[in-house]
Amino acid sequence: MPFTLTEKILRAHADDPDTVVPGSVVMVRCDLVMANDVSGPMAFRAMEKMGAERVFDPERVVIIPDHFIPAKDAKSASLQKLLRDWSEAQGVTFYEQGRGGIEHAVLVEDGWVVPGSVIAGGDSHTCTLGALGAFGTGLGSTDVAACLATGMFWQAVPGTIQVELTGGCGPFVTGKDIILAVIGELGAAGGTNQVLEFVGPGAEALSIDERLAVANMAVEAGSETGFFPADETTAAYLEGRTDTPWTAGRTDDGAELTARIEIDLGSLKPLVSLPHSPANVVPVEDAVGRRIDQAYIGNCGNGTMTDLRQAAEIFRGRKLAPGVRAIIVPATQRIYREAMSEGLLDVFVEAGAMVSTPTCGACFGGGTGILAAGEAAITTTNRNFRGRMGSPEAEVYLANAWVAAAAAVAGEIVDPAEIAETVAA
Amino acid sequence: MIVSGRAVVIREDNIDTDVLYPGAYLNITDVEEMTKYLFDGYDPSLRDQLGGDTILVVGRNFGAGSSREHVPQAMRASGIRALVGESFARIFYRNCINLGLPAFWSAEAAATAEPGSTVEIDTAGTITVDGRAFDTPPLPEFMQDLLERGGLEDWVRAQVTRT
Repeated sequence: MPFTLTEKILRAHADDPDTVVPGSVVMVRCDLVMANDVSGPMAFRAMEKMGAERVFDPERVVIIPDHFIPAKDAKSASLQKLLRDWSEAQGVTFYEQGRGGIEHAVLVEDGWVVPGSVIAGGDSHTCTLGALGAFGTGLGSTDVAACLATGMFWQAVPGTIQVELTGGCGPFVTGKDIILAVIGELGAAGGTNQVLEFVGPGAEALSIDERLAVANMAVEAGSETGFFPADETTAAYLEGRTDTPWTAGRTDDGAELTARIEIDLGSLKPLVSLPHSPANVVPVEDAVGRRIDQAYIGNCGNGTMTDLRQAAEIFRGRKLAPGVRAIIVPATQRIYREAMSEGLLDVFVEAGAMVSTPTCGACFGGGTGILAAGEAAITTTNRNFRGRMGSPEAEVYLANAWVAAAAAVAGEIVDPAEIAETVAA
Repeated sequence: MIVSGRAVVIREDNIDTDVLYPGAYLNITDVEEMTKYLFDGYDPSLRDQLGGDTILVVGRNFGAGSSREHVPQAMRASGIRALVGESFARIFYRNCINLGLPAFWSAEAAATAEPGSTVEIDTAGTITVDGRAFDTPPLPEFMQDLLERGGLEDWVRAQVTRT
């Protein structure tokens, strides 16, 4: 019988594979459980109420404070302290601030994620891990508590929407534009109870950085996760990062799909999500001229070297527009150092931008770049909900790093090609 | 299991968890304190309409976005007994069920309910709004069990004690 890749992964993680049929509820074993300074404290409390004193397997639990770091106040600091103390008592891996970065990026970079694995994360953007062909899925604190206690979570078996990518991306078109195109087509709820599976020559041609950008926003279409079946690019990326054995899987021919979408990457243009929904997608030309006060380049899916290099290419030899500020957030400490050794951080500072330590920060309105009423930001982040980055009277535009950097130079949204054509000083 | 109460209605679709409970308050762990910020980015005055018998009636894709359990935690602690909506976003929906907060899908029931309507939910598959009955798909057995136990904590406790 033909199966989707999701079904194959869930069958391998269920006690009775035959119970894995679309719509049925099954208990799924986790290969890894992750919590942060927002989801962790409530999960630890729930785990205690469940009567579990120890985690199911300390080797399979990773705790990463990344939301309110560096601590913005004593309350946030106490959560981070709780995470540190709890991790030590439980003997689980803890990423101290300054030694890791933003959770999903750290898990990918440090070899915690292999294709075909199931990863339960106390954060909705755990779907980012799908870049490596893992079933990474976001859960709330009580779910995470159950995972910590038993290594299992319940899951209604989702359907699959296959997204076939053909052709190649043109200039200034990135992974961000691919996922914005998908969300624009499906809508904010079009992927509910579904997994997005990215296949085809266009998918295989994408780097891991681009795949991270795509998988990161699967949840913005309502999906359980979004993933790229493992291929040679995945294998090359994992080389030297992990000893965990894995095998590549694919959806069988003839497996039942909920839907199939085709996107010719060659036809894509840089896209922008207008306020206040990631699904409110238009071509950049329809957003041209919108004034911005802040550009924010970074987050769990778009703080990669690829993003930083794109931004630096725009910023090199140019200055931010008067009155405009830019915040650059490398996703991990390793990316930060790499950007430093490539000279990118100098380019940012020279242009008049701020470089932040890796943090979720302003991406979710936690700190380090909050917007005032009446302000507008263009960001490479994943959500532009009303009030997401601060004031409910602020506006957030989502776009790729080329578009965000170009807007910072122009002071308003522009086609990045226009900025790139001007002669840099 | 039957849950009944008085409707408080949010008609708008795609209400996200950021407006239901803004990110700035995610460092709060005390549930009573969370209740002060429920609906803060949407309409804080909704808080005054909540009593011990509220059924929150919502639109399509309610609870989109973040995994923050602060939202259903604060809802439960504010006297919301159950939700009826056209549809719910995945993680928010899971969080509700895990906390023993029934969340039922029925576009017709949600569209029929007015503020103050009497809503009765029979978790076996019927929602009654001011005397008019609407079918709702019955929950899988596992989720029914979670609701009857008051949530996932009790279910896991039973597993942990058994082993």
